[in-house]
Amino acid sequence: MELLGNLALGFSTATSLANLGFCLIGVLLGTLIGVLPGIGATATIAMLLPITFQIGDPVSSLIMLAGIYYGAQYGGSTTAILINMPGESSSAVTAIDGYQMAKNGRAGAALAIAAIGSFFAGTVSTFLVAIFAPPLTAIALKFGAAEYFSLMIVGLVSSVALAHGSIVKALAMVVLGLLLGIVGTDIYTGTPRFTLGIREYADGLNFVAVAVGVFGVAEILRNLENEDERSVLIRKVTGLMPTREDFRRMAAPIVRGTIIGSALGILPGGGAILAAFASYTVEKRISKNPGEFGKGAIEGVAGPESANNAGAQTSFIPMLTLGIPANPVMALMIGAMIIQGIVPGPNVATEQPALFWGIIASMWIGNLMLIILNLPLIGLWVKLLTIPYYVLFPIIMAFCSIGVYSVNSNVYDLYAVAFFGLLGYLLTKLRCEPAPLLLGFVLGPLLEENLRRAMILSRGDPVTFVTRPISASLLLIALAVLVIVFLPAVKKKREEVFVEES
Amino acid sequence: MKPFAVDRVNAICAALFIGFGACFALQSLGLEIGTAFRMGPGYFPLVLAIVLILLGAIILVQAVRFDSSEPIGHIAWRGMLFILPAPIFFGLTVRGLGFIPSIFLTALIASFASSRMKPLTALALSAGLTLFAFLVFSYALGLPFRRFGPWLPL
Repeated sequence: MELLGNLALGFSTATSLANLGFCLIGVLLGTLIGVLPGIGATATIAMLLPITFQIGDPVSSLIMLAGIYYGAQYGGSTTAILINMPGESSSAVTAIDGYQMAKNGRAGAALAIAAIGSFFAGTVSTFLVAIFAPPLTAIALKFGAAEYFSLMIVGLVSSVALAHGSIVKALAMVVLGLLLGIVGTDIYTGTPRFTLGIREYADGLNFVAVAVGVFGVAEILRNLENEDERSVLIRKVTGLMPTREDFRRMAAPIVRGTIIGSALGILPGGGAILAAFASYTVEKRISKNPGEFGKGAIEGVAGPESANNAGAQTSFIPMLTLGIPANPVMALMIGAMIIQGIVPGPNVATEQPALFWGIIASMWIGNLMLIILNLPLIGLWVKLLTIPYYVLFPIIMAFCSIGVYSVNSNVYDLYAVAFFGLLGYLLTKLRCEPAPLLLGFVLGPLLEENLRRAMILSRGDPVTFVTRPISASLLLIALAVLVIVFLPAVKKKREEVFVEES
Repeated sequence: MKPFAVDRVNAICAALFIGFGACFALQSLGLEIGTAFRMGPGYFPLVLAIVLILLGAIILVQAVRFDSSEPIGHIAWRGMLFILPAPIFFGLTVRGLGFIPSIFLTALIASFASSRMKPLTALALSAGLTLFAFLVFSYALGLPFRRFGPWLPL
């Protein structure tokens, strides 16, 4: 059977001694950096990316990168649960109930649930990817420019619906993100746009710099506001093993989260982030006691963590088959592949099957290593968290500076970090959510490219977006989401939900 | 609710979005706009900029109509004063001073963002961090950074 053959090829690639070693180093380093507060998976990978370039073999390099990704995600969940400081918007959902569980003295159980949920989701979605990758590629091949455009609109609108606070502000953040994303050279004419005459910005603003600024630096500034009130949660993590009752309660949310995550992860445009939010909403809706959510509900940790992980895994499909990054991390992966001489696109699966399936298999192995290594090592990670904050942030700033600089050796990227740190902080103070801005930033150039291509193909007739059936249904979904969030009843309910979360 | 009260947070927010929109719109006008059929480099950004200005205007209207009177809260002035210059300083000096002195001073600057940091602790922390960064990034990973730059008489 082809599927088994593919998986066997993947596992034989991923289980060579060298690749197992690189995977292990990746997982450990990823967790080590990811567990530092305020540094999410994107910043972690950005900082560790240069390390993987030192390995000659592209397969090993990407396997290590995947390991870093998994480690960083788990590290991010750890900080989210223990000190309520999610580094990434996808683990922001975990923080809601995870931190409450930690406050109730159930930090160990929350961490174990996150790990078990992630592992289960990783296992299932590995097989899902193996089963569905070929037919999904076939569907994706039918997508034209108009469909891509509509698909990205759905992603952007959903990110608005899922943002805290005012919808108008979130929409404005998306638009601002799109504008910032198209800074740089116009692909059709080669005209530099909005570069302020700075040649170093001709390739666009470095999104690692934007992400580090808007999420990392802004977060540090926010934490410096009320230094006296802030105390790092110092607590020995005990009771790591979930009780039987916990297992009973988390089983169904993990399965549902895995399904939601696998489905949403395929969508180009923030699949994993979306999945975590969607899973949380679903769990809250079908729970018998929704009042528990926001106060330490196990389902609120198990569901989103599984969804997050499943989405992260299936988001490799659009990246590997279409060359479209579903999230900033995938964009980094694409960058790493190009530097290693691999062109992301439909040819990867057929021309480099060892690489394609090796990465997929290594993700499962990475998850296995996480659960075997990190649960016993949790004491070490907690020790890292007890370092006082005023000692941590100079370290974070120094490493962020090195990390951002090492991506392109462009000093203007460092100035961008400062600018976006300030902008991110200012916008947070004005109660604007940064996640829609970042998604807009990543999708900006792709959105414009596909819009222009679709318009050229239709000879300037915008009707093309509604006459093509797939595109039309995607736009209808986007419209429906927008209408629903503006309905007074939903709007009120939505505000209630987010009040609890913030 | 007082009549004609203005919500300061939303007013500033609106001003920011309108300002950004206006900047992008003005610069878009300097680019070739083109037609819907063959969009020039300025078409899409101009549309986005106008949308951004409109959204800003909506927020402004809301700011005048509803005053939620939520305070902005503390502003981390000291944090901004020391955190934001740190990456800029690193960018300005990494080539001239070289990686080692530059990262040491960057960490030192960032250290003073907290009122809790004592000068000696800051020095020790920056020194330890520099050593670690040297060992990991420069020695072990061999990143192509000059350890000491041409500005230093070494």
